Amino acid sequence: MAVRPILGLFEDANYAAEAGDALKEANIPEEDYDFLTDAPYPEGAFGEREERHRLYVFPLVGALIGLTIGILMTSMTQMAYPMVQGGKPIMSLPPMAVVTYESTMLTAIVFTIIGIVFESRLPKTKQGLYDTRITEGYIGVLVNVEEDELQRVYNILTQAGAVDIVRDQ
Amino acid sequence: MQEGRVLPARQINRDLLGSILYSPRWFWGAVAVLGLIVMGGFAAAGLMINQGMGVTGLNRPVMWGFFIVNFVFWIGISHAGVMLSAILRLSKAEWRRPATRAAEVLTVFSLMTAMLMPLIHTGRPWRLVYWIYTIPFIPYDFARGIWPNIRSPLVWDPSAVYTYLTSSILFVLVALIPDLAVLRDRTTGLPHKIYTVLAMGWQGNPRQWKLQIIAGVLLSALILPVFVSVHSIVSWDFGMAIAVKPWHSTIFAPYFVVGAVHSGVSAVAFVMIILRWIYGWQDYIRHEHIDALGRLLIVVATGWFYFFVMEVIFGFYGREADEIAFRDFQINQPPWNLWFIFFVGLTYFLPVAMWLASSWRRNLWLMSIACISVNIGMWLERFLIIIPALAEKQLFTFTWYTYAPSAVEITIVAATFALVSMLMLLFARVLPLIPLYDVKEGDILKTEIQIGRRTVPATFRED
Repeated sequence: MAVRPILGLFEDANYAAEAGDALKEANIPEEDYDFLTDAPYPEGAFGEREERHRLYVFPLVGALIGLTIGILMTSMTQMAYPMVQGGKPIMSLPPMAVVTYESTMLTAIVFTIIGIVFESRLPKTKQGLYDTRITEGYIGVLVNVEEDELQRVYNILTQAGAVDIVRDQ
Repeated sequence: MQEGRVLPARQINRDLLGSILYSPRWFWGAVAVLGLIVMGGFAAAGLMINQGMGVTGLNRPVMWGFFIVNFVFWIGISHAGVMLSAILRLSKAEWRRPATRAAEVLTVFSLMTAMLMPLIHTGRPWRLVYWIYTIPFIPYDFARGIWPNIRSPLVWDPSAVYTYLTSSILFVLVALIPDLAVLRDRTTGLPHKIYTVLAMGWQGNPRQWKLQIIAGVLLSALILPVFVSVHSIVSWDFGMAIAVKPWHSTIFAPYFVVGAVHSGVSAVAFVMIILRWIYGWQDYIRHEHIDALGRLLIVVATGWFYFFVMEVIFGFYGREADEIAFRDFQINQPPWNLWFIFFVGLTYFLPVAMWLASSWRRNLWLMSIACISVNIGMWLERFLIIIPALAEKQLFTFTWYTYAPSAVEITIVAATFALVSMLMLLFARVLPLIPLYDVKEGDILKTEIQIGRRTVPATFRED
């Protein structure tokens, strides 16, 4: 049977949290419902599942790549144009450190941005069921359930205090 | 703290998106005036390219003039973004919320403007084409077998500035995604389509918010070392220049960094006052925010003054002839000595005296005067570091010359101020200059607690 979304809109965070509790009691798996808000609420405010991510790996990988690029770029540049200045060695480490530092930080930051977008599951080509009232302060409880469960979830959301319920057309 | 009232999300949207959804009547007039000044700057640069560098006041031995002074000034202003956004985000300062976006955007535009200065200063900006078209975005002229001398600070400088610029742009863009979703939901037609693409399907689920919050902290922590490195490296443009001995100062790097923060935060305070006035954001940019910035500025200004005094004292204690000649210019010889008095007074004594009283910090007119005073003073500081050091008589210099800026240089410098102002206005026309979600989060976390017989405002803070 096809999975269909249903979105309950709540004016109050407490009612949205109660809706979450009711869905849990009704044995709806945690992965099948989400809370949509227009601002970050403290973690666990709705009793939602803990989100795991691997964002911290991205800057580390980026930094290592940047470090390698920096070392290669600065050393190869100096060797490609071996001009002795003031009797100093061709491979001069202090300036290499400056440019390598910048390339390390740059790639670490670029990879962090990639990580944020990737781990946020963006970009989404299809936004799915959504309501613009969410960015006006309403809290959306989005549930993905099989078609025959829709009415039961509708009742749960209504009983929890949803001011409106939006269904997929 | 917490003088503001909790506002409904709908009103926050309406107020903060007002600059985008309902363009004020004066807007295009202001943009046109600023645009004219910018065009004047481009015309002056065009004249300089056509006629040669002779139309500027530059000549041996003063080969760095207004353009480089202005370059250092705008790099300094750009330090406001990270100072406010990153440090206050990491320290979870509640009053940062309305200031972060404007500070970050000011960083981006002032960095872009700063990078124009050395290009114009070269006199042959078309050589940029060699860089761009050889390998995109990599300033290496492989095709002609020309390699940059990475031992020169003048190569470190663009590497640091471009790192900072790229990071700052990405930082702004990531933090904009939730607000782009609000714009997507509030617009129709072509703007709606554009904002829909830019919002990338943002829904605002707990995972996205969690990553957005971590992103703010993580990127702040990553950009902070870059921010410190940028102005340190700019100071090394001078400190490591072999020929100009008065610039050989070991404390130039921290002195420049603190000075940059001083001018940058003052500029942000001034921009916030202007935004509050032109867009009527009294509920968002409140007296408590300006007051907090004023208190922060007392500390920053005093830190800057400490480095300034140390730099002067170390210069005299060394008793080197070049340093003494440089100080002689600054302190004894007119008109430099007059500028020097203005510089110290405007950068430290006048503004700090104004910031000491709480009632003065909360007076927006007086705060504006103090912030402008700091920035005039900091501009003069760069002028008095660069010009007298080059103007002093050096060995083997057959021309002994002083420096007076030409009309071309003055026009180009004036145009940079118009350019940054115009870009800020245009940004406010298409994207929110105050982060909506940050303000809303602040309201969600606001509460009141009873202590004895008093009810005091409080904020929930998550670690």
